[in-house]
Amino acid sequence: MSAQTQTAKQMDILRFATAGSVDDGKSTLIGRLLFDSKSIFEDQLESVERTSADRGEEYTNLALLTDGLRAEREQGITIDVAYRYFATPRRKFIIADTPGHIQYTRNMVTGASTADLAIILVDARKGILEQSRRHAFLTTLLKVPHLVVAVNKMDLVDYDQGVYERIVDEFTAFASKLEVSDLTFIPLSALHGDNVVERSVNMPWFEGPSLLHHLEHVHIASDRNLIDVRFPVQYVIRPHASTDHDLHDYRGYAGQVAGGVLKPGDEVVHLPSGLTTTITHIDGPNGPVEQAHPPMSVTLRLADEIDISRGDMIARPNNRPESAQDIDAMVCWMTPDRRLTPRMRVVLKHTTRTAKAMVKSLNYRLDVNTLHRDEDADGLDVNEIGRIALRVTQPLFVDDYGRNRLTGGFILIDEATNNTVAAGMIIGAR
Amino acid sequence: MQRSDYLLSQLDVLEAESIQIIREVAAEFERPVLLFSGGKDSIVMLRLAQKAFAPAPIPFPVMHVDTGHNFPEVIEYRDRRVAELGLRLVVASVQESIDQGRVQEETGRRASRNRLQTVTLLDAIEEHRFDAAFGGARRDEEKARAKERVVSFRDEFGQWDPKNQRPELWNLYNTRIRQGEHVRVFPLSNWTELDIWDYIRREELELPPIYFAHTRQVFERDGMLLADISYANRGDDEPAFEATVRYRTVGDASCTGAVKSAAGTLDEVIEEIAATRITERGQTRADDRASEAAMEDRKKEGYF
Repeated sequence: MSAQTQTAKQMDILRFATAGSVDDGKSTLIGRLLFDSKSIFEDQLESVERTSADRGEEYTNLALLTDGLRAEREQGITIDVAYRYFATPRRKFIIADTPGHIQYTRNMVTGASTADLAIILVDARKGILEQSRRHAFLTTLLKVPHLVVAVNKMDLVDYDQGVYERIVDEFTAFASKLEVSDLTFIPLSALHGDNVVERSVNMPWFEGPSLLHHLEHVHIASDRNLIDVRFPVQYVIRPHASTDHDLHDYRGYAGQVAGGVLKPGDEVVHLPSGLTTTITHIDGPNGPVEQAHPPMSVTLRLADEIDISRGDMIARPNNRPESAQDIDAMVCWMTPDRRLTPRMRVVLKHTTRTAKAMVKSLNYRLDVNTLHRDEDADGLDVNEIGRIALRVTQPLFVDDYGRNRLTGGFILIDEATNNTVAAGMIIGAR
Repeated sequence: MQRSDYLLSQLDVLEAESIQIIREVAAEFERPVLLFSGGKDSIVMLRLAQKAFAPAPIPFPVMHVDTGHNFPEVIEYRDRRVAELGLRLVVASVQESIDQGRVQEETGRRASRNRLQTVTLLDAIEEHRFDAAFGGARRDEEKARAKERVVSFRDEFGQWDPKNQRPELWNLYNTRIRQGEHVRVFPLSNWTELDIWDYIRREELELPPIYFAHTRQVFERDGMLLADISYANRGDDEPAFEATVRYRTVGDASCTGAVKSAAGTLDEVIEEIAATRITERGQTRADDRASEAAMEDRKKEGYF
């Protein structure tokens, strides 16, 4: 790839999460994508080849490329979310590589939170396992817009179409219980490279694209919410330059657009005050711009002097987020240090606003394998998911998570330890 | 570069993400500082910080952890850039740490001050009561870095605990710390080496001249070309010779390797980087070659 092709074109970015255990060949698949797209460097490969040989492994163990920490290499497991990068002339890719063991649900939730697409690996010999269902459920809970089920190790079932189709049928039946917006199946062998970058000659019966081709072409531009204007104010810019008269009165509201399209001249409403005003200028990173949309970081200037500070929200007068102190949400509990229990007090961070909150009730704990709701549960342990009601000490400006991941997601922080203890997805607010 | 289909180029997306992180940290911490070495990543960091607060000035100082083993061209660049932007520069000196007995200089031919920097850095953070330190590290650089958070918590000893990191979701960063603790912040986490170079070209950022091909006296050690300067401790069995080289990274001059290159312009450098088959740290950093977990071990101690 020449430098020219890298820069001359307007490449976009696809973020995807991979779920599965080492046994499913997940690390091998990632290693294969990096290797076949020439994103692995010679020194990295040499180091992996050396380690593979030291361990007496038959093939160069591409999984070693992704296991970064000492304990991971020693135990052959993936502990934490690792981020990997590769690019083709069409797209830049950011992989959130998340471990598949049950105790690491929180890592999968983390990796999926920013993903445009998730790949769930299924071992063709084993079919759909409990963990495959769990991964599919978490993907839909986090509203990852695109899901790929990679049926791996097809080489070990003689590239048999019947095996593949049974898995497709079984998964499709299960997925009908979830809200999956875009589901794609690809049979492959990560070890041998079948259908990873090039279409496999061993599976002529499969007419779909290779995995990489799918990743390069999947349409993600429409996944963003470009309808509901949401601008959480992050930072107020006041230059205080007494010498420069132009800057003396400059007052800009900086933030990252969380939804909708903003233009100079648009009428907007400030929350919590409810006052309306007009956007006079939008300053982008390279000067004034004619419009701003997700995920741009910009600075708005407004026609009227309103008292606006960090944590406030700018929206359209006829399309406002819910202003709410009572929040219903699905949460994933992320700490082993303590349990989530009713009456617990926490700190909640939502967009740019941080407020104290109390868990009013736990409606149910959800079994991520069976989707069974346990309404008698009295708490959530680490890696458990449930529906809770929260009371927040000040209003938040929220949307349902399904409508906007940025104004519908929040984290909970334990004031005693300052740890992030939960991820929340809003499903209702009053 | 506005387009009607609301698409952004990958550099625009990365820039927007980095600016969001920088603003978030500036809003939530009392005493941030930006690590500025005069290297390419910190030059990009400085430009992003400028954009994050424009037209107001950057609301925090910059700090250089000075090993004393510098390339003079880089120090000249550092001072000029800081003056242009009207920033306050804090220099944390490894030499002073040695003089004060805080650390012991390594001995032997491969003596490096790389590891000593950690003590100097932590001392400076404590002395100036910095609670957030921006660094230019990227996740594509090294596999321990691939697992680090954007806002990465450090305990009161400055240590990183890779197995006990705060989950990071969406664009929400947990910025809560206690007195004496701090965070390292990596706004360039999702950038690759090529993204950095593409951005330097797009923004027409000036770089110190050692990033471009020049002739200098070098010698070979462990398969790397090191500059023949006093603190590299060239041995008699390591003959010096003249070569046309450029630097791919800029670090401690005693352990940062040069690459043979005739690339004299930014376009030529980018052409070479895009075609290279070796990682930048593998090619130019002796400190990472020590072991499979060299970076992980240093990071746990508080290294950047």
